[in-house]
Amino acid sequence: MAAEREPPPLGDGDHTDFRELDDAEDLFASTVSTLESSPSSPEPASLPAEDISTKPNGPKAAQILLDDDQEDLFAEATEEVSLDSPERDAILSSDSTPAITPVTPTTLVTPRMEPKSLSASDLFDISKDEIEEELNGDTFDISVSVSDPEKVGDGMNAYLAYRVTTKTSLAMFNSSEFSVKRRFSDFLGLHGKLASKYMHIGYIVPPAPEKSIVGMTKVKVSKEDPSSAEFVEKRRAALERYLQRTVKHPTLLQDPDLRQFLESSELPRAVSTQALSGAGILRMVNKAADAVNKMTIKMNESDAWFEEKQQQFENLDQQLRKLHASVEALVCHRKELSANTSAFAKSAAMLGNSEDHTALSRALSQLAEVEEKIDQLHQEQAYADFYLFSELLGDYIRLITAVKGVFDQRMKCWQKWQDAQATLLKKREAEAKLQYGGKPDKLQQAKEEIREWESKVQQGEREFEQISKTIRKEVGRFEKDRVKDFKAVIIKYLESLVHTQQQLIKYWEAFLPEAKAIA
Amino acid sequence: MASTPEENDDNKLRSVSVDLNHDPSLMIDIPDALSEREKVKFTVHTKTTLAAFQKPEFSVTRQHEDFIWLHDTLVESEDYAGLIIPPAPPKPDFESPRDKMQKLGEGESSMTKEEFAKMKQELEAEYLAVFKKTVAMHEVFLQRLASHPILNKNRNFQIFLEYDQDLSVRRKNTKEMFGGFFKSMVKTADEVLLSGVKDVDEFFEQEKTFLIDYLNRIKDSTAKADKMTRSNKNVAEDYIHISACFSSLSADETSALSKYLLKLSELFEKLRKIDGRVASDEDLKLSELLRYYMRDLQAGKDLLYRRARALVDFENSNKALDKARLKSKDVKQAEIQQQVSCQKFEKISESAKQELTSFKGRRVAAFRKNFIEMTELEIKHAKNKLSLLQSCIEIMKK
Repeated sequence: MAAEREPPPLGDGDHTDFRELDDAEDLFASTVSTLESSPSSPEPASLPAEDISTKPNGPKAAQILLDDDQEDLFAEATEEVSLDSPERDAILSSDSTPAITPVTPTTLVTPRMEPKSLSASDLFDISKDEIEEELNGDTFDISVSVSDPEKVGDGMNAYLAYRVTTKTSLAMFNSSEFSVKRRFSDFLGLHGKLASKYMHIGYIVPPAPEKSIVGMTKVKVSKEDPSSAEFVEKRRAALERYLQRTVKHPTLLQDPDLRQFLESSELPRAVSTQALSGAGILRMVNKAADAVNKMTIKMNESDAWFEEKQQQFENLDQQLRKLHASVEALVCHRKELSANTSAFAKSAAMLGNSEDHTALSRALSQLAEVEEKIDQLHQEQAYADFYLFSELLGDYIRLITAVKGVFDQRMKCWQKWQDAQATLLKKREAEAKLQYGGKPDKLQQAKEEIREWESKVQQGEREFEQISKTIRKEVGRFEKDRVKDFKAVIIKYLESLVHTQQQLIKYWEAFLPEAKAIA
Repeated sequence: MASTPEENDDNKLRSVSVDLNHDPSLMIDIPDALSEREKVKFTVHTKTTLAAFQKPEFSVTRQHEDFIWLHDTLVESEDYAGLIIPPAPPKPDFESPRDKMQKLGEGESSMTKEEFAKMKQELEAEYLAVFKKTVAMHEVFLQRLASHPILNKNRNFQIFLEYDQDLSVRRKNTKEMFGGFFKSMVKTADEVLLSGVKDVDEFFEQEKTFLIDYLNRIKDSTAKADKMTRSNKNVAEDYIHISACFSSLSADETSALSKYLLKLSELFEKLRKIDGRVASDEDLKLSELLRYYMRDLQAGKDLLYRRARALVDFENSNKALDKARLKSKDVKQAEIQQQVSCQKFEKISESAKQELTSFKGRRVAAFRKNFIEMTELEIKHAKNKLSLLQSCIEIMKK
């Protein structure tokens, strides 16, 4: 994707930093959820941040404006945008734009990327300078951790509260280190909000960890026991990875809901995340409906890139699932090995006690000790097998599901556009008929309807272009992250294997003289 | 087929007991064996300078049941009551690899061609290992007999080695004579030994307590060692699947990850080969060691039992003599009987003491040898795995 340079409409040299360059640079600037003012206005519209979180349609409006990138369209758009505007869809009214003809996606295959101006700063009440400063680095200086699970309450109403600590030097946060208490449903609530805001416009929103009714019930009901401790640790680690992935995403990091989640001491309880609630059931119904729709949408894919990528992700998904299953088997067998080694160690100790030859008795006891230590090693290795290797694969399987979801959203978007075109055609036919029918008021209405649908078609096309563009970028970012992530975790895992071998050598080398001492 | 690791296996197996087969007057080995469905046919090869045999070198074919027959005749012979009869070799058991082979066949469709080939290879190696183990056990049994100054003169032993026809007819005859009678007696040996009066001889009292206790514990250790070895094998097998998955992922991968995934696939394949060696070394040096001595200790306990029975006979004959003297009836008979029982008991006691003492020496030496070998192998394998892992990490960090 070539990065084309266009003269910044606001004539502000700083804005060159905010270009959407190629995937090699993850810059805040490239977030497409920025609201853009018209090129001709001297200052970007200043919009209060809160509006974005309360009005779910916010980013939608933003995406419309981004189409300013296309020189073919909207070059002369003069409207100033305000999030408060109720007629967001009407922004692209025909009198302020050149005639729009439905364009097939092929002409938009190579989208040009740069936003004309970056008002991200204005949206979120940060100074342009600060953002510039942050953008000059390749990584965002923010790290989050999830720790200290604490049981709150009793019985079936009990829940676990986790401490979420953020360390950052980003100016958009109120301080450089802070922590809050959050429960699992808060995380799900956050994901729900982010997903509803960003997925339908093509962003890959990292999925939240899965619910587990069984796991949580055990924790609620039981006292301290190893299997529920394991469950809690698994969940804590998963929540941490989830947050880390979310804050790594340049667009999501700017979302006020995310900031609120990280920063505010009180968070409204997200009740619609409960599995058995009305909202939960609605979600399930919607998911089912989506699945059916997916089967019936037959898209004319004119962009080979999307087809290739979809196939690629499909393959990757299958392979990862296989690998994941194998690693889960490994974890299971390693745990068995640990248990059996421990059992053998105890047995060898007993044997040593019965042995009447002194030196051999000693050696058997030593052997028992060595095997006990080895059992410990196996346990630690099983832990690494699981938390490093197995969970990495699980995370990516879920992430790929999110990626596939985003491709589906694009299909839905295309369908919407096609439907609009079909409706427009019908309206035109109806108008033509009325022309010869001689009913003037109906004719007028028909003409109005045509105008309405013409703009819907335009919007549909724009949205489709936009989502395609976003997805390309997101996939690029995802691929880059995936390579880095995978390499880093695998290296860590291999290092755990190295550690195990080193310890094994140590233990056996210590035992060797004992064995030789048997006389 | 013979390759160095397999030859090493043979040597390791023979070393379960102390080194045998050095005396040129009678050297026995099993160079060959054929597996036909349920039956294994062993080729028993003998080289001898003894006049008792018709030829200086000869081979015969024997089945497992023939070995059992030989063992049982020795056990049931009064002449050898004071000796530790080398334990009979266990029945060849191919059930485990056979079951696994069947399961593998059922799961063939869910694996890649490569994966399936590797699993099959593993299973074939397992089958071969079981095979080699059973050959070694049968061989060691014969070698122990050959090296025992009294047992190697046994007529049935010579027939076993020399008789160039099928032994099954002979087997049937002897079975009819003893027919498991002794076996059912042995079951209550513990009770006989434990319920008896405390032995006058300190040596035997100690041996009794030691053997009963130790035997129970070594049975447990053997079983636990087996489980541990099997778990090791399972982990090694998982690596096969993981390696195959990495290989498939690498093929589809277009990013820079592709070459790393291929490296990882190779790494896991190499690791699993080493882990397979670790599992089989532990099996031979630890599990098989424990198992063999468990059986040997059982034979030692049988000896104690026979001595205890002889003691009971002796005590009974004393009581009978006293009774006879009281009644003044059949005194001479009773006196002879008492003499015989006494001699028998003393002969067994003396022989048993010797046998048990040398047995302990053998056992300790064998444990020492195997522990040292196992430890050295563990260190070697761990070092190999370590260097493989470290070089892979180097490559991945680039």
